[in-house]
Amino acid sequence: MTSQSFPGRGPRWASAPALAFLVVIVGGPLILIFLYSWLSRARFGVGISWTISTDGYRKVFIEDALDGTTRLNAQYLRIIGNSLLLAAITTVATLVVAIPMSIWMATRAARFRSLLVLAVTIPFWTNTLVRTYAWMLILRDNGIVNNRLVGWGIFDQPVKLLYTNTSTLIGLVYTFLPFMVLPIYSSAERFDFRLAEAAVDLGARKRQVVARVIWPNLRSGVIAGVALVLVPATGAFLQPELLGGGKSLMIGNLIQQQFAASRNWPFGAALSIMLLLVVGIVLVISRLVGHRSTAPSLVA
Amino acid sequence: MGNLSIRSVSKQFRAPHGGATLALDDVSLEIAANECFVLLGPSGCGKTTLLRCIAGLENPDSGEIWLSGERLDTEPPFRRKVNTVFQSYALFPHLNVADNIAFGLEMDGRKRRDCDAAVSEMLRLVNLEGMDKRVPNQLSGGQQQRVALARALAKQPDVLLLDEPLAALDLKLRRSMQFELKALQARTGITFVFVTHDQDEALALGDRIAVFSEGTIRQVGTPRQIYDEPASRFVADFIGETNVLPLIRHGDAVEVAGQLQPASSVIGATDSDAVALCVRPENVRIDPAGALSATVSSAAFLGSIMHYSLTLGDGTMLRMNLAADATEQPTVGSSLHVSLRHLRAVGP
Repeated sequence: MTSQSFPGRGPRWASAPALAFLVVIVGGPLILIFLYSWLSRARFGVGISWTISTDGYRKVFIEDALDGTTRLNAQYLRIIGNSLLLAAITTVATLVVAIPMSIWMATRAARFRSLLVLAVTIPFWTNTLVRTYAWMLILRDNGIVNNRLVGWGIFDQPVKLLYTNTSTLIGLVYTFLPFMVLPIYSSAERFDFRLAEAAVDLGARKRQVVARVIWPNLRSGVIAGVALVLVPATGAFLQPELLGGGKSLMIGNLIQQQFAASRNWPFGAALSIMLLLVVGIVLVISRLVGHRSTAPSLVA
Repeated sequence: MGNLSIRSVSKQFRAPHGGATLALDDVSLEIAANECFVLLGPSGCGKTTLLRCIAGLENPDSGEIWLSGERLDTEPPFRRKVNTVFQSYALFPHLNVADNIAFGLEMDGRKRRDCDAAVSEMLRLVNLEGMDKRVPNQLSGGQQQRVALARALAKQPDVLLLDEPLAALDLKLRRSMQFELKALQARTGITFVFVTHDQDEALALGDRIAVFSEGTIRQVGTPRQIYDEPASRFVADFIGETNVLPLIRHGDAVEVAGQLQPASSVIGATDSDAVALCVRPENVRIDPAGALSATVSSAAFLGSIMHYSLTLGDGTMLRMNLAADATEQPTVGSSLHVSLRHLRAVGP
């Protein structure tokens, strides 16, 4: 009996309910999306028709012109590229803020630390949609920022902030910052900063302390943070929709449009599978880079 | 090579709420090359701060530190031929034993593969052969301690600083490590500066001991000097067991527990700053001709010795140790006469 009281020592079947739940909740929708991506549009209205077709994937790369000719269409690939670019910038920006912030948090007194963690999680208490609307109020032409800029005489007239790539980025960085801070903080909190003193005692210069002692111990947190920010930021649709004004589409918007307005479910499903592939490849690469080098690869 | 000279070093720490503590108050010390020097004192007395000043992890507010005739305290830590064994060991959790030991050598610009010979020599020195691929959390406390020692010694420092390195080990292991450290120190010829709050450890390890209290040195001497000739009530009380009695002078005589004794029978009684009388429990002897009469209030068997609490005629409590195999062992409640040997008057 006692042997079963250790974690992981119970009978195999005990994990069956959790496993079944995961298969249904994670696997089910994925299988459905994969299936839809190989079917064709319903002739009328919403949904799909059950005939196998590669039209969904074909449309990602190839355009059928009205005169019957076909040509390569880079439009959607550009949107995927733009999404990756915005997500990458978001990731780097959150990293630059999160690393010093996490280290600062982790080196405070224990009581103050838990308060700081609470502060980082406060945004989660409100819906992302509401918080993104709040940014619209802040960034619009007669919003807080522009009122001050004009009020203090820094600019004669409001600067265009809302409905630009910049405001999309501000929204993305704002939304995803906690997802970068929390895993890096948890690594930094586990890190014993006396190890840095030990390194100094053994003759390490500041740069060597960072590269040889601090970085290897923060790396797992940074890798987790990159995954938690890069993946959802690539597929984000709320921020480009509301703050970017739908002008610079991200792949998330495109997918959402296919399922809603355009009613092209196979194309939307194919785009989703493409997104999954692209993100998967990026993650594998970033993980390989993170594991191979001992020196900081993602931070300067 | 390896003699340390600490000259009037002071260090103050500002508390977050305004106050300040003087961790080191004008401390001067001469530590000879190849000496095992122990800094002994209660926690928070400044001994670790002095160690950190020598290592370069703290900068003294004033004063100078010299090593082998060269100014040390103005050099950055990486240029000091001084290494530390930390109380927490501070092993790098992401590196295996061999890489931990090679770390300091790599910091000197050596390639990792050129360190292998030095690493295996160090592993042999601390009896950890075959452990080179383990990571720190796979090691016992004693093994981690040895790795920390090997890592610090690998750089062949002139001075090795040890900050309570044995504090986390159990008593038996601590005893055997004390002997190993002493042997290691003799073999390597490196100057050891050893910080501890454990008086037994200080007596066992030190060629000389400096007793610290509140940022100042109270006494420096060999273990025997410190034990037999404590300069103050603090030192007498801190090292070993001591009976402390009030010092009351009556002209040429000294009153001991209500009995007058000639001042000449008390060591140091003529010192003007003496404030108390000290006598070690083993120097309280049963003596039918003794001037002090006492009642035995309790007895305890401590293995090699018997420990007695005596109540003197005027109510003063006195501790007495007898060899456990001594023929005459008084019973609790019995009355007897005692005399005090090596009665010493000391300063505060």
